[in-house]
Amino acid sequence: MPETKVFPPTLPPALPPRKREPLAWRRPLEAVLLPTAALVVALIIFGGFCALAGANPLGVYGSIYKAAFGSWSAWQNTLIRAAPLMLTALCTALPARLGLVIIGNEGALVMGGLGAMLVGLNLGTAVPPVVAQLAMAGAGMAAGGLWIMLAGALRHYRGVNETISSLLLNYIAIAFLKHLVEGPLRDNSFVTKASSAELNPANWLGVLPGTRIHFGLLYGLVVCVLAYFLIQRTTFGFATRTTGGNIRAAKIAGLPVGKLTLAICFLGGSAAGLAGMVEVAAVQKRVNESLVSNYGYAGILVAFVSRHNPLATVLVAMLLGGILASGGILQRSHNLPDATVLVFQGIVFLCVLFSDSLYGKLPWFQEKMIDE
Amino acid sequence: MATESLGLWGIPLGIAAGVLRGSAPFLFVSLGECITEKSGKINLGLEGTLLMGAMSAYGVSYLSAPSIGTFWAPWLGVLAAGFAGMALGAVHGWLSQQPRVNDVATGIAMIIFGSGLAFFLGKPFIQPQAPQLVTFDWGAWSDVSQVQAALKVSPLFLLGIAIAPLLSWFFRATRWGLYVRAVGDSPQAALAMGISPFRVRMLSIMAGSFLAGIGGACLSLYYPGVWTERISSGQGLMAVALVIFARWNPIQCLWASMLFGGAQAIGPAFQSVGIESYYYLFNAAPYILTLLIMIVTCSPQRTLAGSPGALGKED
Repeated sequence: MPETKVFPPTLPPALPPRKREPLAWRRPLEAVLLPTAALVVALIIFGGFCALAGANPLGVYGSIYKAAFGSWSAWQNTLIRAAPLMLTALCTALPARLGLVIIGNEGALVMGGLGAMLVGLNLGTAVPPVVAQLAMAGAGMAAGGLWIMLAGALRHYRGVNETISSLLLNYIAIAFLKHLVEGPLRDNSFVTKASSAELNPANWLGVLPGTRIHFGLLYGLVVCVLAYFLIQRTTFGFATRTTGGNIRAAKIAGLPVGKLTLAICFLGGSAAGLAGMVEVAAVQKRVNESLVSNYGYAGILVAFVSRHNPLATVLVAMLLGGILASGGILQRSHNLPDATVLVFQGIVFLCVLFSDSLYGKLPWFQEKMIDE
Repeated sequence: MATESLGLWGIPLGIAAGVLRGSAPFLFVSLGECITEKSGKINLGLEGTLLMGAMSAYGVSYLSAPSIGTFWAPWLGVLAAGFAGMALGAVHGWLSQQPRVNDVATGIAMIIFGSGLAFFLGKPFIQPQAPQLVTFDWGAWSDVSQVQAALKVSPLFLLGIAIAPLLSWFFRATRWGLYVRAVGDSPQAALAMGISPFRVRMLSIMAGSFLAGIGGACLSLYYPGVWTERISSGQGLMAVALVIFARWNPIQCLWASMLFGGAQAIGPAFQSVGIESYYYLFNAAPYILTLLIMIVTCSPQRTLAGSPGALGKED
């Protein structure tokens, strides 16, 4: 041990004796327990709602569990639905770290799916499948990214409320999709539904060996981890969080707020665009109206429940994927309308928002100071 | 047949009919949002309120028709729509005023919750036909069926036209109007005057949601006059943008609503004269129009003239 003595703390005597925090575990626990408690409360309210609608709440819980996580087959269904949710959630979660409320997830997914499909159809078998798939993913991400970047640009350069503009962009994207599949892109040999031509089977996104789960799940996991490191461990992420915390301070500190806005919106949109690519290349194989399947809106919920933390997004997406997977069984065995799942999502959302107001209010979660 | 005889005149006629028929829901929702925003809170959830209103109006009209007749049943439906909207407004008003809860996020949650509830409860009413509101047929003088159809004016639309100047007078000349404006501009100052911002905002949001619920009744009991899950396609949200465009002025909300009602009819009007190739893109006209209006009217440097001072700020 070196002998050099550091200066003793020279606090004014008027202050109370120094205290230290033993181990800050109560705050992190609060961040986990409060959303969990919100979910439990939401489940109870939802149970009451089911009881009013004439279904046995315990039976409904049981069915949801069985259809979502009860067996390996159920898990596969859940994970297939969780993959696009992880990606669309980032479309809200990333801009939220900069203080923007973007809800254009559905539109970005649609544009991403369209972009990926256009590239996929044009490439055909001219290039190896891996190259074609990468090109499709790139096109989907670019299309979705530019779509949300538009909302970010309107916000920065024109002061247009990004929540409203991104939502309007959803409707415009869906109209654009309908226009393309009813007109220029329509494959007349396919009569079931107005659709584009089918993607060449060589370019389909494969499944993980031994399962029905497509590679989109891997895309989702990798992108979420990357997003976490980007936000928490890089200068860019730090600048983003600083701006989200106090935009005026960020401007005074000389942070390029405009560029950050455009970049984070592009990244968020490209995640949702990738979800669109995954949906067309692994599930739909054609572009048609089925691409609008509410993964975007559910993604908003995932982002808010996970408090815009990309790693938590993975878990919440699995949970919501399971709930979505159980929609069919609620209809079949409990005679509940398919909108039941939507009601449940709404209740969860409201409960989680209320739990936000409880942070720091419950004494048990305050770190206890102990005398040194 | 008559469509062909009208030729291209069918387009302006169709748009004019759209103004008369389609602007009522925009008008009610935008007036509702106007009251809400004047008190300093945003309610994005009016989209869900609109759907809930449409469903309750249709359901109550259908269920009560056997006992009170087909004239009064739709009016009971209108009232029910208002109260259903008010109930959702109470949830929004309470939750959005909790500490650290963002009113925009609450609005998104209320869209999901309100539309989910409307679809859930409205499932049994998709098939049956509910009695509709009796309309004023001001087109009886004309032989052209389109003109007759266009001039079937809903009493609800006239009610909305009457409410707009009334609301303007309310904000300008009454004590309660002053309370709402004071809370919207500076909750602290209002509190110092002895007004409870919580209570004023709660009442404003509930009153606004009442009107938005009636806007839903316009959809299901007048035009298009059915209950489906796609009956409101973002109209509640466009109304939020519309209030910004109207500079928080109820009279200008009226003009803006008519503009949007007309824009909504562009796609069907072109389709009725046989121009179908861009049907879906024309149908997106109201959304594109909203976006363009916001781009032109908003500014990154200054807050808009007429904007309530505390709007969108944490309290």
